[in-house]
Amino acid sequence: MPSIRQNSHPDSLPDFRNLGVVARALVAVNLLGLAAALASEPVWTRTLDAFVQSTVLIEPPLLTCLAALYAAAPLVHRLPYWTGCALVVALSLALAAATQAALGQFADAGRGRVLLFAAASATTVLAYLTLHRRAHSPALAEARLQALQARIRPHFLFNSLNAVLALIRKDPRRAERTLEDLADLFRALISDGRDLVRLADEIALVERYAAIEQLRLGERLRMSWDLDQAPVDALLPPLVLQPLLENAVYHGVEPGTGIGDVLVRIERRGDRVRMQIENPSHAVGSPGGESMRAGNHMALDNIRERLMLFFDAEAKLDTRIEGGRYRVEIDIPYRTGRA
Amino acid sequence: MSDAAYELRVFIADDEAPARARLKELLADLRDEVATSVAGEASNGLEVIEQLPASGAQVLLLDIQMPGMGGIELARHLSGLENGPAIIFITAHDRHAVEAFELNALDYLMKPVRAERLAAALKKARAAGPAPKDRLERAGKRANAAAREFFSVAERNRIALVPVGEVLYLKAELKYVTLRTSAGEHLIEEPLISIEREFAERFVRVHRNCLVARAAIRGFERVAGGSEEEPHWNVVLEGLAERLPVSRRQWPAVKSVLPEATE
Repeated sequence: MPSIRQNSHPDSLPDFRNLGVVARALVAVNLLGLAAALASEPVWTRTLDAFVQSTVLIEPPLLTCLAALYAAAPLVHRLPYWTGCALVVALSLALAAATQAALGQFADAGRGRVLLFAAASATTVLAYLTLHRRAHSPALAEARLQALQARIRPHFLFNSLNAVLALIRKDPRRAERTLEDLADLFRALISDGRDLVRLADEIALVERYAAIEQLRLGERLRMSWDLDQAPVDALLPPLVLQPLLENAVYHGVEPGTGIGDVLVRIERRGDRVRMQIENPSHAVGSPGGESMRAGNHMALDNIRERLMLFFDAEAKLDTRIEGGRYRVEIDIPYRTGRA
Repeated sequence: MSDAAYELRVFIADDEAPARARLKELLADLRDEVATSVAGEASNGLEVIEQLPASGAQVLLLDIQMPGMGGIELARHLSGLENGPAIIFITAHDRHAVEAFELNALDYLMKPVRAERLAAALKKARAAGPAPKDRLERAGKRANAAAREFFSVAERNRIALVPVGEVLYLKAELKYVTLRTSAGEHLIEEPLISIEREFAERFVRVHRNCLVARAAIRGFERVAGGSEEEPHWNVVLEGLAERLPVSRRQWPAVKSVLPEATE
């Protein structure tokens, strides 16, 4: 089984436009520089001197290289994995050589050592990023993802079925529609969750879910949608919004005897997509308060983890309670299709 | 067919309107098997407390998960009624929840409810009458750490609820416990020790016969003592002129509630 999965996910070049990838490359190369300095000057005080001096030759090619890869990312990604790696190493060597020629007099290092360091650090970083990607690859995380995803609340399922039963005689058409909505929801819930989906699809799913909850809860649930500015072509991991809305209903509407206002707002801000879900916040001391909070955290951790998996450090998920309202806010990069 | 002449009066409590509609449908379907009439409907626990006692309901179909006050707590308050209804619990939860609530000892149905199960439960309820109070209480105590929101005082045809949060102190006197709120006093019939266990976070024991709301404690006063009584501390409560003595044995525990007030 694992080998089949591995084959379906061949190694690919790191995403050079991802903040996490850039940050990791910067840190890794500087650590390597420090290690090289330590090797040539084992006495600690002189190691630092050597390191500071070597940065003259390390930083300019490193930063130029990352900037070039950032700019050329769409082109580089079209290359086969090994060609891409060779290109990255060649680029590092060329930039290191140029830097050595221009600034060599400021540092005590020959061309040979500079080139050796550039080649070694480029391959090390590429190998590290590939391993990191594999470790976090959907294939390995799949089991965990599915376990997390499959956690629809039985409470919701049985109450929904019960609501449909109540409709069958009085309003057969609405009963049919509700069963169709339930079917779509479950299809999404059992999908393997590895591929990104269009925001439009996630919104459709959330609307179906809301229709079922509306049937169960009637006027107790008052939904507002602010989706005019939503970039429907944006890509995101599946089932990010639905569990959040489920939480909003479960924690924000069901425990209250009055009307619960739930707001869903999605908008694009430059190259970011911001999604907010708001619901009334019930005091911790209310019935089942503690256990409810625990359940909520599991769902949030799950979503945060999946966002990390797909967007690395570029996704944010924040929650806050303000003026009696609980709000979850997700901020992800705006991406459409593969470049 | 003597059954048909005798209609069982059923009260339906569920927070979801479709669920109530479904139960009414099923009761109508079962008309020939078990004759029933709907004595009332409610969508949360407080409504049940208000409406049920006067409705003459003999059976209560009670959803366990409701806002305001859950079904389990509600059942405990109703158990104080003189002619309380037989209760059939209904839950959408899985078996774990049923076990947690120890409902096995009581009658319960799973959502969606099947007509034949409902018929059987109604017949059983008609034969057996109200569930024994001690079983309800045991279920309530098992309901994982969910302490009650209210104390209840059952009168002949009415249940008065006292929110736990309003209680300043509880004092045991012979068979009864006096609840003191800023508005007045109520008598309930429950051992102080079980209240202390259920609400360990909220109340602290200041004396053999007295629990005090931690949040209401404003300070302590030293009483010098005289020929009749030993020197001791009194606890001062928010909005109450009355002072309650702290026993020597409880003093260390009580003192730590307000560390800055003494010394």
